[in-house]
Amino acid sequence: MTMERRNFLKLLGAGAAATASVGLAGYANAATSAGGKHKVVVIGGGYGGTIAARYIRMMDASIEVTLIERNDHYVSCPFSNLYLGGILPDLKSLTIKYDKLAKNHGIKVVQAEVTGIDAENHSVTTSKGVFQYDRLVVSPGVEFRTDEIKGYDQEVMPHAWKAGPQTVLLRKQLEAMKPGGTVVLSIPLAPFRCPPGPYERTSMIAMYLKQHKPGSKIIVLDANPDIVSKKGLFLKGWKKHYEGIIDYRPAKKVTEVDNKNMSVLIEGIDEIKGDVINIIPPQKAGHIAHVAGLVGPDGKWCPVNPTTFESTLHKDIHVIGDSSIAGAMPKSGYSANSEAKVCAANIVALMNGRETTEMSGVNTCYSFLSEKEAVSVTGVYQVNKEKNVIEAVPGSVGVSPDLSELEAVYAQSWVKNILNEMSS
Amino acid sequence: MRRKWSGMALALGALVMSAVAHAAPPSAEMLSNACGGCHGTNGASAGPSMPSLAGQNKDFFIDAMKKFKSGERPGTVMSRLAKGYSDEQVVAMAEFFAQQKPAPAAQKAAVDRAKVAKGKSVYNSACKRCHLENGKDFEEDTPVVAGQWLKYLQIQMAEFQSGARKMSEKKTEKVKSLTADDWDAVAHFYASQK
Ligand SMILES: Cc1cc2nc3c(=O)[nH]c(=O)nc-3n(C[C@H](O)[C@H](O)[C@H](O)COP(=O)(O)OP(=O)(O)OC[C@H]3O[C@@H](n4cnc5c(N)ncnc54)[C@H](O)[C@@H]3O)c2cc1C
Ligand code: HEC
Ligand code: HEC
Repeated sequence: MTMERRNFLKLLGAGAAATASVGLAGYANAATSAGGKHKVVVIGGGYGGTIAARYIRMMDASIEVTLIERNDHYVSCPFSNLYLGGILPDLKSLTIKYDKLAKNHGIKVVQAEVTGIDAENHSVTTSKGVFQYDRLVVSPGVEFRTDEIKGYDQEVMPHAWKAGPQTVLLRKQLEAMKPGGTVVLSIPLAPFRCPPGPYERTSMIAMYLKQHKPGSKIIVLDANPDIVSKKGLFLKGWKKHYEGIIDYRPAKKVTEVDNKNMSVLIEGIDEIKGDVINIIPPQKAGHIAHVAGLVGPDGKWCPVNPTTFESTLHKDIHVIGDSSIAGAMPKSGYSANSEAKVCAANIVALMNGRETTEMSGVNTCYSFLSEKEAVSVTGVYQVNKEKNVIEAVPGSVGVSPDLSELEAVYAQSWVKNILNEMSS
Repeated sequence: MRRKWSGMALALGALVMSAVAHAAPPSAEMLSNACGGCHGTNGASAGPSMPSLAGQNKDFFIDAMKKFKSGERPGTVMSRLAKGYSDEQVVAMAEFFAQQKPAPAAQKAAVDRAKVAKGKSVYNSACKRCHLENGKDFEEDTPVVAGQWLKYLQIQMAEFQSGARKMSEKKTEKVKSLTADDWDAVAHFYASQK
């Protein structure tokens, strides 16, 4: 039934009454009697998924929205570096639940693992049964390409690049380290989630070492030829606060680890030892995106229409957040939030047979360099119609002129507001 | 007409088409939604330092964006973000936020009652002429300040006092005898208004 209804809706939007061919009219007839609500299923209750679900319901409460997430809560990656550094005592303020999304917006929240997507039949298979959709939103975040790091074991060398138990494990390892110890942090080749994130982490770990572990240092092995984001500001902050603590080494790609010896190998040769080793593995779209055939020829990320975020590979499936290829928009929580709203507005338009609206997006990423200083990078994004890609509006992209205490104050309110949007 | 054709193509199971050519330019809602990650859904900020935009005076809003863009008003992120929008887009967003229900901040704990009382008398003598109805109403390009987040008001007032954020000659004249405590008291007074 869902199939017919869906096609009928499209035809309605297309002014089918006047133009439908004989074959299509058959669908339309079948659907007229079906009636019922339009159905959207959203996979992933993180920065992208929660917002897509909430905004669809805010814009059109007649659409039935089901949000499927494997966990009963979500821990924010943004600000989790502040917990590692000791600015936040725990992850409580970064943890959200889904009860208010259900209560205030009538979203059906299902705690389940999504195991398959059948694009043909418009259904999603989960650990709690099968769900039909008219349109599907996929926002599963990232998966790690651990096969590119021989011997990798996240229980020994945590990534802490998905916040939660991994973040707590890394913090415990730092606390247990003896003074004068060495922390090794490995950064993968871009693109990865949160371009300034590894350098913020470097700053926060260095701050912790400076305050609590005298004589310790952090060796940063960056697979990239240089600092990927906010370079000038990070270098300035490191010089100001962490001289002699941070040993930054560009173009050092970790390819293998030795869990017993607590060491990493660069390009299979150079061996570097650490007391605590934080490996941020290279990344790709969330596992389910691969299973569902939403990943493009690069084998890593999902190509989408820049206006609707509809997959260019499967119709009626939209991919947002880290998994999508969103042109110039970086893989960040703010981007995922902004993309979700664009996607929601256009899903509602399509379901109501209205014209879609060109995207307008924003990104801002704050990074902390010390207890009281933060910096930001901003951008406003729109579609370049000739190239059909998302580009930054000239002049809107830029970084802070200097380390700023005021930005640290505003950043605290940013995280509060964006998490509030996701959970109220 | 073009939309009609694309709808048919989809229904027939053709490849997913580019919707760009058919899409309308960004609506006020599309533009404004992107601000919500910082300023809160529909401009109702959850605080404590991020300003609410819901119910803000349209003319003040337009003026503020212009001043961020030109650098006349100091901003951290807004000086950069404002450059991403055309004058028409700013007007559309100003209208969008002006129409949203004002969202007085839930900040009982932060507001000091003794300061509120003192602030009211400072308000009556030095601010009332322009910030009408205890800061709830406005004329011309005066912002709504009633129920704004305390921390934000304090930051802005500090910028007025340091000269980083400019005041009109009239306002400068009116507030010239105020002490830092007076300013802080009015901040508590404004923040306490619902
Ligand atoms: C240390 C760090 C710091 C960061 N700091 C910032 C910052 O300051 N600002 C910023 O903007 N961004 C920041 N980011 C980036 C931000 O976290 C991501 O870009 C953002 O989370 C992407 O949102 P998403 O919806 O794509 O994925 P996520 O937020 O990861 O959400 C995906 C959700 O989908 C669920 N899921 C996945 N697969 C399935 C399945 N098969 N079945 C059921 N559920 C599933 C997951 O459990 C998860 O809850 C940071 C990231 C890190 C690691
Ligand atoms: C990253 C967070 C962030 C985003 C995104 C953001 N703002 Fe702001 N906004 C701020 C901050 C912080 C201030 C205070 C000025 C400053 O430091 O830049 C502010 C101030 C303002 C003000 C002045 C309010 C007053 O009462 O003085 C307006 C108007 C405004 N923003 C509009 C917008 C619009 C419109 C958008 C979306 C296009 C937007 N903002 C997006 C953080 C943000
Ligand atoms: C002569 C008219 C006038 C008087 C008197 C006046 N103001 Fe204002 N006020 C304005 C205008 C106009 C603005 C907007 C200015 C701008 O953005 O450049 C403003 C802005 C502000 C803001 C910033 C709010 C925001 O959202 O950005 C605060 C806070 C403020 N005034 C407080 C006060 C206080 C406190 C007093 C009395 C001590 C006062 N004002 C007296 C006209 C006045």
